[in-house]
Amino acid sequence: MNPRRKQRLAVVGIVGFLVVSAIGLMLYALNDSIDLFYTPSEIVEGKNGQVPQIGQRLRIGGMVVPGSVKRNSESLAVSFDLIDTGPTVTVTFDGILPDLFREGQGIVATGVLTDKGHIKAQEVLAKHDEEYMPPELAEKMKGIKHVKPENMPTYEYSEATTGNNDTGGL
Amino acid sequence: MWKWLHPYAKTERAYQLCITLQPWLWVGAILCLSIGTVWGLAFAPQDYQQGDSFRIIYIHVPSAILSMSTYVAMAIAALVGMVWQWRTAYMTMIAMAPIGAALTFIALFTGAAWGKPMWGAWWVWDARLTSELILLFLYIGVIALYGAFEDKQQAGKAAGVMALVGVVNIPIIHYSVEWWNTLHQGATISKFDNPSIAPEMLWPLLINLLGFAFFIGAVTTIRLRNEIVLREQHRPWVQALAEQALLPHKTRER
Repeated sequence: MNPRRKQRLAVVGIVGFLVVSAIGLMLYALNDSIDLFYTPSEIVEGKNGQVPQIGQRLRIGGMVVPGSVKRNSESLAVSFDLIDTGPTVTVTFDGILPDLFREGQGIVATGVLTDKGHIKAQEVLAKHDEEYMPPELAEKMKGIKHVKPENMPTYEYSEATTGNNDTGGL
Repeated sequence: MWKWLHPYAKTERAYQLCITLQPWLWVGAILCLSIGTVWGLAFAPQDYQQGDSFRIIYIHVPSAILSMSTYVAMAIAALVGMVWQWRTAYMTMIAMAPIGAALTFIALFTGAAWGKPMWGAWWVWDARLTSELILLFLYIGVIALYGAFEDKQQAGKAAGVMALVGVVNIPIIHYSVEWWNTLHQGATISKFDNPSIAPEMLWPLLINLLGFAFFIGAVTTIRLRNEIVLREQHRPWVQALAEQALLPHKTRER
């Protein structure tokens, strides 16, 4: 490589290094704001020493605790608990849940912290994992029985689904 | 080591290379895309959670992965143009930019169409989605900056700087799902680990990925040829080429 090319390469390298460090520092500083949601333990115990205040609008992301889903038989109102590794947070929601909502599923809910450990959600989104497999394999590996969409109620409709235990999902 | 590359700094050689590569790239693209798409959409098994909806993966993942690869290729071309001052490098860069922009758009669009039924939302401002949107803006920025200059040599330099700076975004897109909490799930195939997808679903995906790559190569060669002819229109070899192309018309007119 001749000296002029070497010089140009060095300039490009230095500028590139500076840009990368600048953006890296920016992202590092913004780290907390980039997270899409709080986990349940961050809401209860606080994140970096800051506990979310009551009345704060926030997003929570966690796993639906199996057996915690309670539905109102007359309306769309539903309540469920979310967990990650520590304490649980109860979420109440009045609206249509996504298809992938089920016990054990990752959920992201947007709402207002109404009480310590209680969120009133306006929107519930389902998070799915990066694993894809056919139903038979899932049954073998994870013990998940495939549920056809038409008989999907993996959570209790209180009265309508009694005796339909094989659709218990996860 | 890179001596063999040097002749292609000349536009005529680069043009010839494009002509040689083009049919092979098309054959590869048509073959892989038809096999991969039919296999993926019709014969691959359903997903245990998402049923048939997961099949959009066969478009979404190749376009998303290759939107990033195309950007890296573009940035490498910009680097070569900057350090070695090859005109063909800048031409290659600008030939790839709209293709990459289209791929990014496809990735975002299919992602939205997939997100609505599965997550329950078309769009969420999470780190993965936002950084991919920034990639689209970077592509558009490179195209716009190139178009803004009358002198195309200057234009190549300016757009090249932008392309190089934007490379920072590529690792951010890739690691966004690991560094931050996101709604988007983690990597399925682009990781140093066994892919978390059943083999009978993985194969059509890989074939489609290859097919997309061939297709991008084929379209790039067409656009590069176009760019070379446009920029070198006053050179004797291009004029000879044009005359040759016009010859049948002239005979017909007579």
